[in-house]
Amino acid sequence: MLARSLNPRTVLQLLRRIDPWLGIASALLFAFGIVDALLLSPPDYQQGESVRIMYVHVPAAYLASQAYLLLAGMSALYLIWRNPLADMAAATAAPIGAAFTALALVTGSLWGRPTWGTYWVWDARLTSVLVLLFLYLGYIALRQAVETPDKARRLAAWLAVIGAIDLPIIRFSVEWWNTLHQPASLLRPDGPSIDPSMLRPLLVMMAAYQAFFLFVWARGLRARLAPRLKHETLKERTRV
Amino acid sequence: MTRAFFAIVLRDLRLHATSGGGLLLAPGFFALVATLFPLALNPAPATLRLIAPAVVWIGGLLAVLISLERIFGEDIEDGSLDAMALGLLPLALVALAKALGHLVAFGVPLLVTAPLIALAYQLDTATTGKLLLSLLLGLPALTLIGLFAAALTAGLKRAGALIALIVVPLELPVLIFGVWSVAAPAGGGQTGLIYLALITLGALILLPAAVGAVLRLVLE
Repeated sequence: MLARSLNPRTVLQLLRRIDPWLGIASALLFAFGIVDALLLSPPDYQQGESVRIMYVHVPAAYLASQAYLLLAGMSALYLIWRNPLADMAAATAAPIGAAFTALALVTGSLWGRPTWGTYWVWDARLTSVLVLLFLYLGYIALRQAVETPDKARRLAAWLAVIGAIDLPIIRFSVEWWNTLHQPASLLRPDGPSIDPSMLRPLLVMMAAYQAFFLFVWARGLRARLAPRLKHETLKERTRV
Repeated sequence: MTRAFFAIVLRDLRLHATSGGGLLLAPGFFALVATLFPLALNPAPATLRLIAPAVVWIGGLLAVLISLERIFGEDIEDGSLDAMALGLLPLALVALAKALGHLVAFGVPLLVTAPLIALAYQLDTATTGKLLLSLLLGLPALTLIGLFAAALTAGLKRAGALIALIVVPLELPVLIFGVWSVAAPAGGGQTGLIYLALITLGALILLPAAVGAVLRLVLE
């Protein structure tokens, strides 16, 4: 099937070829996005200039969740088809996803200070992202803790899959918990509905983050994959 | 098959009772945690009544947490898990039997200690009843999720903190629904109990099989 037909060598070549394109795309999108977000877009009528953190924060949070879905999906593929590429994809995505989650938390915290007057508030979204960070850390820690590499990969894959199943339940429970104590005035970070002049820079930054994630992830995957194929290449070269 | 199942349950009960602190470990720890809060906060009855559901649930969660290492304990090293894997019962049922053993050994003492804590926290009987019901529904979920985490880290040395890091995020919904089924403002409590029951049922259906698969992995 698809998994079996994914030749590691072809994948490596593909990764090598798209690398410059992803790099250029990220650079351009970030260039345009940052200018758009920081200079061209209007300040918010309530938050003023500090709304601009949204353009850094929201894409980070979005990528954080997306990376976890990637992690879980690849882990499931690995468990079912034992394709080592799937596991490598998952392992590469984990630290990147964790970094984006931490970035989302930090930028969200910095955003909270001018908007809500506090660095942290226990609302549904922030709490969910925090839990997501713990899920990432648990995955990374488990992979490192188990000594046998093959076991480590598969145990971590199980954790990722069960974590992904639990994630919507966690989010639901945190949302439910949040509705029980509706705070008096919680400024919704993206306002009641987003104006087109704000939507555009947000979308550009989203695309920029997406391209950048793929760029870093592809490079990480190459870094994992290439050494594994290297000795086979040598064998091929010495074959008479 | 049933005899094999209960043989494992009884074996685990005997092991839990005779080693590592025995059956008093979990309720003892539970009571200890419950003692910390009035000392660290203002022990005014109103405050106590407010925090009681949270203290009981957090204490219960922590008590289950510290006893998780004992589920598989020596089973990997002394080969008994291998023996069980080769035996009559599928590993999923072995996992379920271990969960039941753990629940009876640690969950039941917690259920027995909880009303005493509730008393110490000046809770009225109706709320205590709700609290016990939430624990009754939630402890199996905590045990099953904990079993999964214990299986993942089975055979690892000094895996205590790792188990905690893995299991607590997964158990958060149980905690949330458990506490707020007791403490919720009008109407919220009932839905909380229903969600709690749903989670326990889901865990019961899904997790033993998952744990079985993980155990097979660990034994390779």
